[in-house]
Amino acid sequence: ALPIWPVTQENMATVMMPVQRGESAARPGSYADLTPDWTHAEVSTGTTIMAVEFDGGVVIGADSRTTTGAYIANRVTDKLTPIHDRIYCCRSGSAADTQAIADAVAYQLGFHSIELDEPPLVHTAASLFKEMCYKYREDLTAGIIVAGWDSRKGGQVYSVPMGGMMVHQPFSIGGSGSSYIYGFVDSSYKKGMTKEECLTFTANAVALAMERDGSSGGVIRLAAITEGGVERKVILGNELPRFNIG
Amino acid sequence: MDITGDASEVRTGTTIIAVEFEGGVVMGSDSRVSAGESVVNRVFNKLSPLHERIYCALSGSAADAQAIVDMAQYQLEMHSMEVGAPPQVIAAANVVRNISYKHKEELSAHLMVAGWDRRKGGQVYGTLDGMLTRHQVCIGGSGSSYIYGYVDSAYKSRMSKEECLQFVTNALTLAMGRDGSSGGVVHLVTITKDGVEPKLILSNDLPQFYDNE
Repeated sequence: ALPIWPVTQENMATVMMPVQRGESAARPGSYADLTPDWTHAEVSTGTTIMAVEFDGGVVIGADSRTTTGAYIANRVTDKLTPIHDRIYCCRSGSAADTQAIADAVAYQLGFHSIELDEPPLVHTAASLFKEMCYKYREDLTAGIIVAGWDSRKGGQVYSVPMGGMMVHQPFSIGGSGSSYIYGFVDSSYKKGMTKEECLTFTANAVALAMERDGSSGGVIRLAAITEGGVERKVILGNELPRFNIG
Repeated sequence: MDITGDASEVRTGTTIIAVEFEGGVVMGSDSRVSAGESVVNRVFNKLSPLHERIYCALSGSAADAQAIVDMAQYQLEMHSMEVGAPPQVIAAANVVRNISYKHKEELSAHLMVAGWDRRKGGQVYGTLDGMLTRHQVCIGGSGSSYIYGYVDSAYKSRMSKEECLQFVTNALTLAMGRDGSSGGVVHLVTITKDGVEPKLILSNDLPQFYDNE
């Protein structure tokens, strides 16, 4: 529960609702064992997310699968969420937690930007995420990558993993599918890639992770954020990069 | 790799890999053996001979893995004498698989079997959970999760022996860079009709990859 904004009667229910963590099977007299697990499992963005810096902006990418247990609740999810005109976040973990945090940060950042009369810094957005994720670390399951462009430092990628630390990196991967592509990104990443190279690198990495992680799949959503704005792309299932293993 | 027993049990945290090529197989492993947070052996060779041209790669509980190897070596030697010929790789894989499957509730080790025989040349078999699966590339151990993407993208069929050695070395180095339970040196073994060629690559000779600058 994140009481950042004024708690009214209508959102009181959402704020006070205890989070089901799928432990209901232990309660005596529950029907959990008789029904499929997705009727009582938490909605999670299983996920593979990634962000890469280049000179002049960032490229971000994600898969599109949201699961409740073994059921795919949404196969065309958009996990790349705008926080401001040129700042996006990539969400992984609990869908509810990450949506709530993103909404709260977008509000705070918008307000801050109006007060400053200037576009906000990516570092500021990342700090807001970090403050919330750290303060409520016991209650949240959220792994977030904040990426965007500002006029002070250009393209930047900040990683805010579970636990609430914040670290600036030239590129970052996250979500359950990311484990499988550490070797790939460590071997393929080069400093000084162009925007097109970053897009290819991100698409290949997310595709490889989608192949191996049951909680990642669907389509690849990409976005390139530069001074000129945001360019979004989708790579559909039949256009996914293919690799020759097996 | 989930730890079911005492957290400070001695485990070969591990990254192991075996690749088939025209004429044989290349196997590789890291060299770290951990007991909880301590590294009790930093130069352990996880590639164990089962017979003259058949090796296995160990992962999981060190004791369980060695026990399986001992049993398998004995059974294979008996089988080989009875048949009057070197055992087939698939026979060795079945011996290991049967032990793993029969005692799967008590054991927590995974052995990968690879080698060369006259009938089918180079072969790689996985015996995870008591299954028997043949692969062109098989990876295992806790460090293997991090290199699925690399292996899927970098493997090409019909590689030469040298390309396989480079591929295996790269994969192990990348896994050792990300998995806290894998590390040390890289042990390699090439098995062909001409015999077994072991190789050791020390840490400073490993390839360099992106390392957060």
